[in-house]
Amino acid sequence: MPKKTAYSAQIEYIQVMDEHGEVDPALARGLLEDQEILALYQFMVECRQLDEIAFKLQRSGRMGTYPQNKGQEAAAIGTAYAAKKGQDFLVPCYRENAALFMHGLPMHYVLLHWMGDERGNQIPPGVCQLPLCIPIGTQMLHATGIAWAFKMRKEPRVALTYFGDGATSEGDFHEAMNFASVFQVPCVFICQNNQWAISVPRETQMNSETVAQKALAYDMPCVLVDGNDLLAVYKASKEAIERARTGGGPSFIEAVTYRLADHTTADDARRYRDPKEVEAWIAKDPIIRLRKYLEKKNLWDESKEQALQERSKVKVADVVKTAEGIAKPSTDDIFDYTFETLNAELEKQKRTMRTSSLGQDPNQIGLSATEQTV
Amino acid sequence: MPRTDVMKQKGLTLVDAINEGLEQEMSRDSRIVILGEDVGHNGGVFRVTEGLQKIFGKDRVIDTPLAESGIMGTAIGLAMAGMRPIPEIQFEGFLGPAFDQLTNHAARYRSRTRGAVTVPLTVRVPVGGGIHAPELHSDSPEAIYAHTPGLKVVMPSTPYDAKGLLLSAIRDPDPVVFFEPKRVYRSFREEVPEGDYTIPIGQAKVVSEGTDLTIVTWGASVFECLAAIDKMPEDVSIELIDLRTIYPIDTDTIIQSVQKTGRCVIVHEAPKTCGFGAELSAIIQEHCFLHLKAPVQRVAGFDTVMPYYKLELEYLPDSKRISESVTQTLAY
Ligand SMILES: Cc1ncc(C[n+]2csc(CCOP(=O)(O)OP(=O)(O)O)c2C)c(N)n1
Ligand SMILES: [Mg+2]
Repeated sequence: MPKKTAYSAQIEYIQVMDEHGEVDPALARGLLEDQEILALYQFMVECRQLDEIAFKLQRSGRMGTYPQNKGQEAAAIGTAYAAKKGQDFLVPCYRENAALFMHGLPMHYVLLHWMGDERGNQIPPGVCQLPLCIPIGTQMLHATGIAWAFKMRKEPRVALTYFGDGATSEGDFHEAMNFASVFQVPCVFICQNNQWAISVPRETQMNSETVAQKALAYDMPCVLVDGNDLLAVYKASKEAIERARTGGGPSFIEAVTYRLADHTTADDARRYRDPKEVEAWIAKDPIIRLRKYLEKKNLWDESKEQALQERSKVKVADVVKTAEGIAKPSTDDIFDYTFETLNAELEKQKRTMRTSSLGQDPNQIGLSATEQTV
Repeated sequence: MPRTDVMKQKGLTLVDAINEGLEQEMSRDSRIVILGEDVGHNGGVFRVTEGLQKIFGKDRVIDTPLAESGIMGTAIGLAMAGMRPIPEIQFEGFLGPAFDQLTNHAARYRSRTRGAVTVPLTVRVPVGGGIHAPELHSDSPEAIYAHTPGLKVVMPSTPYDAKGLLLSAIRDPDPVVFFEPKRVYRSFREEVPEGDYTIPIGQAKVVSEGTDLTIVTWGASVFECLAAIDKMPEDVSIELIDLRTIYPIDTDTIIQSVQKTGRCVIVHEAPKTCGFGAELSAIIQEHCFLHLKAPVQRVAGFDTVMPYYKLELEYLPDSKRISESVTQTLAY
C-alpha cells in the first residue's frame, strides 16, 4: 500500500504596504480610499499620543501599572475599522485600545481602568465591547459564546477577539477555537503576535513556526499579515468578518507585530531583549510607513504633522483631565455591584465597614453605639 | 565588596530569603527544578528566582509556555517521576487555570492510589493586596486551598520564616502551596542564617506574648496587627500569633493562648464568610468555650470582589479596624 498524504496546508502571508510606504497596487485595489487612510493615520497618531501620556502618568505616580500599546496600533485599527461599530462586538485583552476607541469607548475609560477604578470597565450602553481582560487567554471563550448567541438569534453580527502570542499557550484558547469551529460561530480570532510574552520570546513560547498554524488543527481559515501594515490587516479582517457574517464561520488572523515598549511599566525589557531587535522594529513602526505613503501622495507634510501633533496633545490632555477629574469612588462601590440586590450579610458589612466587628451582631458584641456608616 | 555581601550585612528581604533558600536547596538536591512564566532569564516578575538560571542552567530553571494548567499538571508528572518540581504561579489570581490540576490531581493522588503514587511539589505563589496592582493580582485565596484535603498551605510573613518554611516545603513528601505575601516582599530586611535550617510546617509563632487578648493572623496582616498593638494603651497585654502555616492548623498554640487570654480577634485579608478565620473561630469555641470572656471577632476583607487599587486600602483590614476590634473585645 503506498503512503498517501493525509493532510497538507499552506498559510498565506499578506503585506500590502511595506515599511517605506510602497503599496502593492493589485493587493490594494478597492481596499481603502486615500481619504480614509488619511483619517486613520490621524487617529493612529492620537492613540499613540494617549499611550505615551499614559506611560508618563504612571512614571509620575498618577496612574498604576500600564501596558503600552505602542507599535501595535495598525493591528488594532485595521481590524476594528473592518467591523461595524455598534453592531459587531469586540472582546479585547489590553493591547488594542485604539480598536476600543474606534468602536465608541471614551478614551478616559482606559485611563480610569489603569488608575485602579472599575468604572473604567463600565462600558457605556450601545458600545459593543467587553472591558480590558487581565487574565490571559480567558476572553476568547466569551467571544465565542457571544458569537454563538448571534448565530442562534440569526443576527448578522460578528465577534472579534484579541489576544497575544503567549495567550495561545493557554488551554482556554484551544477550547475557544474548537468550539468556534465545531459550532461555526461568527467569531474572528485576532492574535497580535508581538514576539514576546513578558520576557518569553515567541520561539520559546511555542515550537511552531507560526501562530496561525494552530488554527489548521481546528480547520479554521487562517492567514498571516504584516501587523504593522494597516492595509494588510484591514484586508484580512474584511474578508474574515464578511465570511463570518455570511455564515462561513470563524477565522484566525495572525498579525505579526512588535511590542515596542516594555511589557508594562513594571517591566524592564532591557533585561531580556536585544536593543538591536528593537531598533529594527522601530523602522517598521506602522505610523512611519503611513506617513511616508501620505507624503508621497501629497496628502501630508511637515506643517500638517505639526498641527496634528498639537491637536492630539490638546485632545489627550483633555482626556487626562477628564480621568483625573473623576473623584475616587465611594466605599459603597465595593459592595454595590456584588449582586443585583445585596443580601442581608453584605448590607450589614457595608453599613458597619468602618467598625471593627465586620457585621457581627451588634447586640452581642455591644457595638450598637459605635455602628456607623461611611 | 560584592553587592550581595553588603546586602547580607543589612539582612535579607523576603525575596532574598526565598531566593537564597531556593539556591541552597537546588545545590543540595539535584532533583529540584523550577518552572513557570518568566522565572528563568528574567528571574521572575518579582525577581524571586533572580540569578538561578545562570547558576543551574535552563534545564533546571525553566521558562515555560504561558499556561498554568500546563505548569501545574506537568509539575505533578515530574514529581511522580521522582523529580522535585517547584512551579511558580505568577500571581494568586492565576491559580485559576491551574485549579483543577492542583485540587483534583496533586491533592488526591496519594489518597486515591492508597500511597502508591505521591506528588511532592512546592507551588510558589505571590499573594495578597496592598501593592496597587491590577485586577486579579491582589486576592487572598488561602482558605480555598486549606479546604482542599491533601494540600498543605503555608504563608510566611518574615524572611527568616520564609527560608525555613521553604526548605520544609521542598522536603515535604506532599504538595505544599507556598504563599508569599507581596506586600512584604521588600518591606524590610532581617538577619537570616546563611546555613540550612527548617521551620516545621504546622507550627504557629507567638510573635509577642500577652495575657489580655489573643490576635491570630498571618501574611502581611501581621504588620497591620503590630501597628494596631502599638496604638493600644500600655497596660493592655496582647498576644500576637502568626499562623505561618494555614493548614495543617497549629491548634495547640491557638488553644493555649486563648485559654490563657479568654479573648480573641482573628485578622485576615480574605473575605470574611468562609475565610480561614471562620475555621479558627470554630476551633476556639470547641476548645475554649468556658474560657471565653467575649465573642471571638473577625476583622477581615468583605464578602465582595477585591476592589481595584483605588479602594483596596478601604477593603484590607488596617490597624485602625484591628485596634477598634481589640478595644471592643476587651471592653465586652
Ligand atoms: C492567566 C494569566 N497568567 C499569567 C498572567 C501574567 N501575565 C500578564 S501578561 C503576560 C504575557 C502575555 O503575553 P501575550 O499573550 O503574548 O500578550 P502581550 O502582553 O505580549 O500583548 C503574563 C504572563 C496573566 N495576566 N494571566
Ligand atoms: Mg505577546
